[in-house]
Amino acid sequence: MSREQKLSEIIADHAGREGPLIPILHDVQEEFGCVDEEAEQAIAAALNLTRAEVHGVVSFYHDFKPKADPRPVVQICRAESCKSRGVEALIGDAEQAAGARVKLHTVYCLGLCSSGPNARVGDKLHARLDSAALVKLIENA
Amino acid sequence: MTIVRISDDALARACGADELAAAFAKQGHEVQRVSSWGMHWLEPLVEIDGKGFGPVTVADIDAILDGSSDKAIGTIAEHPFIASQQRLTFARAGKTRPLNLEDYEATGGWAGLKRARRIGSDAIIEEVLASGLRGRGGAGFPAGIKWKTVAGAAADQKYIVCNADEGDSATFADRMVMEGDPFQLIEGMAIAGEAVGASKGYVYIRSEYPDAIAKMQAAARISAQIVAPFVVEIRVGAGAYVCGEETSLLNSLEGKRGEVRAKPPLPALKGLFGKPTVVNNVLTLTAIPHILTEGGAAAYAALGMGRSKGTMPIQLAGNIRHGGLYETAFGITLGELVNDIGGGTASGRPVKAVQVGGPLGAYLHPDQFDIPFDYEAYAAIDALIGHAGLTVFDDTADLRSMARFAMEFCAVESCGKCTPCRIGSTRGVELIDRISAGGRVLAGVETAPQMHNMPKQGRTQDEEIQLLEDLCDTMKFGSLCALGGFTPYPVMSALKHWPEDFRK
Repeated sequence: MSREQKLSEIIADHAGREGPLIPILHDVQEEFGCVDEEAEQAIAAALNLTRAEVHGVVSFYHDFKPKADPRPVVQICRAESCKSRGVEALIGDAEQAAGARVKLHTVYCLGLCSSGPNARVGDKLHARLDSAALVKLIENA
Repeated sequence: MTIVRISDDALARACGADELAAAFAKQGHEVQRVSSWGMHWLEPLVEIDGKGFGPVTVADIDAILDGSSDKAIGTIAEHPFIASQQRLTFARAGKTRPLNLEDYEATGGWAGLKRARRIGSDAIIEEVLASGLRGRGGAGFPAGIKWKTVAGAAADQKYIVCNADEGDSATFADRMVMEGDPFQLIEGMAIAGEAVGASKGYVYIRSEYPDAIAKMQAAARISAQIVAPFVVEIRVGAGAYVCGEETSLLNSLEGKRGEVRAKPPLPALKGLFGKPTVVNNVLTLTAIPHILTEGGAAAYAALGMGRSKGTMPIQLAGNIRHGGLYETAFGITLGELVNDIGGGTASGRPVKAVQVGGPLGAYLHPDQFDIPFDYEAYAAIDALIGHAGLTVFDDTADLRSMARFAMEFCAVESCGKCTPCRIGSTRGVELIDRISAGGRVLAGVETAPQMHNMPKQGRTQDEEIQLLEDLCDTMKFGSLCALGGFTPYPVMSALKHWPEDFRK
């Protein structure tokens, strides 16, 4: 299936929903790894919005990326609770382990605040990380 | 064959509950995946015939089964952490399978909804008012008054919106409800719908909660027939903290940028798509089924103190030995929570500070540990309960860097609509950096002889601190919503109680 077909299929899936834009953007991001200009144009045309309006929404939310990044992503929580449990001391080792191969992404809170430091890879969560465990997680990402 | 109960809560899974469950199943035992008891330091917790073992790894299995395990904690329900709680919202925690309708009905599920349908809109609102229930999202607005406003508004369509955008660090009660007792939330929403005349409900869940999203989607599907004609739909956020603010959340649901709306008009009158809308937090809505049972409202109002009625699911987090979910009536002191129940810090070092209420909450000093958990008592000392999350810090914490982080966080997450928040937060980071550097020195073009109007000296550290106080004042009173308005709480409280961290 071509890219355009897939795109219009995603848009059609959400036809008739109230406030369909965010659900569409989630599906597009999931499918293509990004919401690029072409996607913005197609979505804008289908929802009777301007591309500027769609772009405004895409650029507002941290989850939507303008360009696909093929690298695996490891999300590390660096909010207060994980800080109080020492996440900042792990960042140096983590960055070294990640190098250019893995993208480290800071998030603010994964909701496991009593057992940090925490990280997320895909939909799998990891708690009680120490330096060795985090490095292993990054190496296996 | 033994029946083994292991939680499928996200925290238990992150600590290895899935691998453990698979290992028990492989040995031929029946594994039931239940909700979490909320004793997070013991996860993954294994329950066999009411007796608990934790934290368990695969290597402990043989010892558990032959009765020689040193991880035994005795009868779970009698554990002091559980036995000393007053659980209403979390009454089912640890006891039921989250997506099992039989378990839910057997523990009193849908009784509140059935009774609500029998007594009708006016009586429902009367009972919610009588219970004294206040919004659990942070603002503490009486839920019954909000409902009454929506019920009284004339419109062809009304909505119930559940705010499950639990972005505050140290909070996980919403997540635990959605993952552990999702039908209770759906029941609460259906009762709200019945009360105000809304036929459609949205649950807006943050995208950082994959487990909660999956559970709520399944629960909405399974319970569709029971709550019909009320319809519940799950929507997923997209990584914007500010969408936890109710008007920003409504914009996001409508497919717009999550910018805050000016109030008035109140969402209760012009909310989602301009229609009257109840926006309530997960914990507010999950308190409802209990309140709507026979005599529930009076029982709820009998708990708590002052104008803070009922129970609050308090979340013990950060550097704390016994972290987890502790639901109790309002009035308990901070010291009891941190030292007696939480067991002090996990690191074993002295407690330096406790941040109450997430990233926008004040840092409290151990000198303030006698303060009772109560909306008004906290407001009186320039602090807030917020979503009742506690982050404990030991004496290695540097409060200046935490104050800087509060400003930095506000700068990253600001929606950009109002100036004090958008610009003030960035200026705040710069100011704290200059305080760290000991003050402001004139440099570059500022020192040129042509700059007649420049002050002749830079600013001292004290003058910079004064400026930070002014900035906080501007943000507190000039911001459109709680993000910019409450960021000064952690900053000012850090400055007030730990001035030595700023002046070193």
